[in-house]
Amino acid sequence: MSASTRDGPVMAWRRRNPVLGFIMAQPLGAAGLVVILVMAAAAIFANVVAPYDPEAIDFLAMLSPPSMEHPLGADAFGRDILTRIIYGARTALTIGFLSSFLGCTIGGLLGVTSAYFGGRVDLILQRFVDIVLSFPIIVLALVVVAVVGHRPIMGIDLNLIAAISIPIMPRAARVIRSAALAVRAMPYVDAARAGGYTHSHIILRHMAPNVLAPYLILLTAYIAQAILLEASLSFLGLGVSEPKPAWGLMLSGDSSNFYQEAPWMILFPGLAISLAVFAFNLFGDSLRDWLDPKFRT
Amino acid sequence: MITALSALDVGQDTEARDAALPLLAVENLTVEFTTASGTLRAVDGVSWSVRPGETLALVGESGCGKSVTALSVMRLLARPAGRVTGGRILFGGRDLLALPESEMRALRGRDIAMIFQEPMTSLNPVLTIGMQLAEPLIIHLGMSEAQARVRSVELLGMVGIPDAERRLRQYPHQFSGGMRQRVMIAIGLACDPKLIIADEPTTALDVTIQAQILELMKDLSRRLGITLVLITHNLGIVARYADQLAVMYAGRVVEEGPADRVFRAPRHPYTVRLMRSVPRLDQARGGALETIEGLPPNLMDPPSGCRFAPRCTARIPVCDSDPALRPVGDARRAACHRAEEMPGAVPLTAARPAAAAPALAAEVTPLLQVRGLSKHFAVPGRGLFGKMATVRAAEEVSFSIGRGETLGLVGESGCGKTTVGRLVLRLEEPTRGEILFDGKDIAKASAAEMRAMRTRIQVIFQDPYSSLNPRMTVGATIREPLTYRLNMATAEAHDRAASLLRQVGLPPEMAERYPHQMSGGQRQRVGIARALAMEPDFIVCDEAVSALDVSVQGQIINLLAELQAELGVAYLFIAHDLAVVRHLSQRVVVMYLGRVMEVADRDELYAAPLHPYTQALLDSAPVPDPVKERARAPRALRGELPSPLAPPSGCVFRTRCPKAIRECAEIIPPLREIRPGHLAACIRI
Repeated sequence: MSASTRDGPVMAWRRRNPVLGFIMAQPLGAAGLVVILVMAAAAIFANVVAPYDPEAIDFLAMLSPPSMEHPLGADAFGRDILTRIIYGARTALTIGFLSSFLGCTIGGLLGVTSAYFGGRVDLILQRFVDIVLSFPIIVLALVVVAVVGHRPIMGIDLNLIAAISIPIMPRAARVIRSAALAVRAMPYVDAARAGGYTHSHIILRHMAPNVLAPYLILLTAYIAQAILLEASLSFLGLGVSEPKPAWGLMLSGDSSNFYQEAPWMILFPGLAISLAVFAFNLFGDSLRDWLDPKFRT
Repeated sequence: MITALSALDVGQDTEARDAALPLLAVENLTVEFTTASGTLRAVDGVSWSVRPGETLALVGESGCGKSVTALSVMRLLARPAGRVTGGRILFGGRDLLALPESEMRALRGRDIAMIFQEPMTSLNPVLTIGMQLAEPLIIHLGMSEAQARVRSVELLGMVGIPDAERRLRQYPHQFSGGMRQRVMIAIGLACDPKLIIADEPTTALDVTIQAQILELMKDLSRRLGITLVLITHNLGIVARYADQLAVMYAGRVVEEGPADRVFRAPRHPYTVRLMRSVPRLDQARGGALETIEGLPPNLMDPPSGCRFAPRCTARIPVCDSDPALRPVGDARRAACHRAEEMPGAVPLTAARPAAAAPALAAEVTPLLQVRGLSKHFAVPGRGLFGKMATVRAAEEVSFSIGRGETLGLVGESGCGKTTVGRLVLRLEEPTRGEILFDGKDIAKASAAEMRAMRTRIQVIFQDPYSSLNPRMTVGATIREPLTYRLNMATAEAHDRAASLLRQVGLPPEMAERYPHQMSGGQRQRVGIARALAMEPDFIVCDEAVSALDVSVQGQIINLLAELQAELGVAYLFIAHDLAVVRHLSQRVVVMYLGRVMEVADRDELYAAPLHPYTQALLDSAPVPDPVKERARAPRALRGELPSPLAPPSGCVFRTRCPKAIRECAEIIPPLREIRPGHLAACIRI
């Protein structure tokens, strides 16, 4: 029996060309991926694709509705909203993705470790998680930002990413731990222990891949949370600050004073956030199925 | 009714069957399931019938369609995936498939009751037993609550649950597995059904409890004239309890007839080989087990002609055409072109010499020596200030295993056999005792010492579905110990993995597969290959064959025996199936509630068991031979396993022991040598 007859067309494509294989097997996920790629391209080449300077103030265009000059309208300072959304993708993607990725990965590893060792290690780690969880997510991020200050590297504030990922960690740790507890009870983990493998090898090779499904769901869900958290921090003056373009900032800032006269000021940044989250969700779900060997037959 | 009968009685040898009209007749039933990858015909033109008061056993391996047939009778198929696409199911002359749902609902539970395999999950955990028992009485018979209560007490008494009044107010978790199955039977009996369908009713239960439940069902069906359809894979149960037998293979009935005649001279090669492939409790180990090579066909794409032909050793050219299920004399029917020549036409596979059992010469130092091993688990007590309680999972366990030898460790669930296995592997920390492996104490080994020793001790687990990492290919699973522990180069590891796969009887191409793409037997072979990769001296086999079908089980048992002969590896073979243990072990340890009851050489133990518990275990296990089975007195060890939180004082077995006297409650019987090499822990011997 040849490989292609056994596996069907998708499997054959997968071997020849992983990208095409993914598109054929997961068209929705591929659509999500396209949106993410478009956003990433817009962010990287913002200075080329954006029609205006994001910080250029034009008093004649103040609060002007969508028109030929300003396709998505202009804000209270007459700055072009389309331009600011394109530039805002930089902060959204870097801070949103990176802080969610860091928070979920570190938190997830903590959760798997906690479940693997169990007993006292689990008890101590989880009580620590409890303590961190008892702070509202925004308060914790506030404290971290206030303590460590800003450290921008290439226009990205690393400390802001840390501040947002820290409150995500315990939440991810708690969810991943419960999934990992079920994996811990699997005989293949005992088989690995009986093989004399090191703890880190068992955790990374045998347990972590088997909690990938909840991990990817968390990752995509927290990207949205991170973007909004960044907006809240910005609103409190601790995140990205005016006049730097950021989606969250565009939603919060002075748009609250004008949204009745100029709804486009909040409509389009809001849509941008929703679209990004939706795209990440679609892609994450498809990726989960794609990485699961059970869906490969 | 007339048509139903004439359809059934086509043969000339139907005098016996004419005597009574069938209560339930399944005719030409076809059931299909729609799956993502196509339509699967799980049941293909199946016919069988059962007369009032009879017990019909439906036998076959997993996936043969026996449960689907039963669910179709109840019209409980998972919809919309599964649907009946042809045939009739006549119950007392009415076609159940043509009934409107409302009438069917009235029939279910009142005229036909069903008992499922898992007593742990077939009762609702948040309702009291009383409510669940009263439900069918109130719904079907229109009883008042008070009437239902009286009847419930009566029903619990009937199924042998004492103190019924109080038990009715309890919840399922307060009952043991065997007791829950009794409750399920009571619910089934509630409305005086004409027919009970029991789908593997004792598969999840221990052998002594199994005997109790089956005796109860048989006795009730006889007393109340209830017809019984018993779905099982255990031929011993069939031999003891069934009047009629229908054997299914790959969605079809291959043979049907009175149980004793089918056992005496099966007419279908599948039946013949199935009966030969079961390890027998009543026969000494004579060479390798006969097995049925190969796997059942994929029902997505069944072979044309006889479905058993690809695995059949009596195949002739005509087998390319589909054999009909036809009368073959003796009130029996079989679907084989050569039925009249059976069972003689199936060549006996030349009994391969038993994997040379290493001589049990007294060795100077055994490979593994366990002395006074104990493991206590602390469990939180009830309530906020409850004291921590201690479960003594293993207490003062001692045994030894020589190089290349197999020690069987038998007992029912909760006896501590798995704990002992895990202690030997140091997956649990022992509370007390020594585990000397080649002179070194595993119990006290440091992490580094243990890591070194782990290349020499390996494990094979029970469940082939969860013992392999689903995210790793078979090849990666087998190569991992090679590259990671033995520092083998990648190319060399690939070659070694291929030869390991061949050694366990799998084609090396399988290395690219993921576990879910393999059958249970194939996965178990991969588990064995993984265990062999580091060339260990000793393997703990924890129920290594209990999750497998009979024919596959035989293949794996033979494989383990061959590997032992070839590689000289020693096994600690943990199992609850006494027949399997008899087949593989040289010496056997019997455990009960954490303690060793008896230790003896295999033949001595099975021929002359000393301890009353061993005797009860051997008595409870049915053997697949109706003549022998019916000659044996009804037995069934009374009572249940006591709670391990509060084990009985003195001898732990005394609460169920037929020989118990007052002293048994006072003295913990020491394990003492009663005959040379035969130890037992009982003061009454």
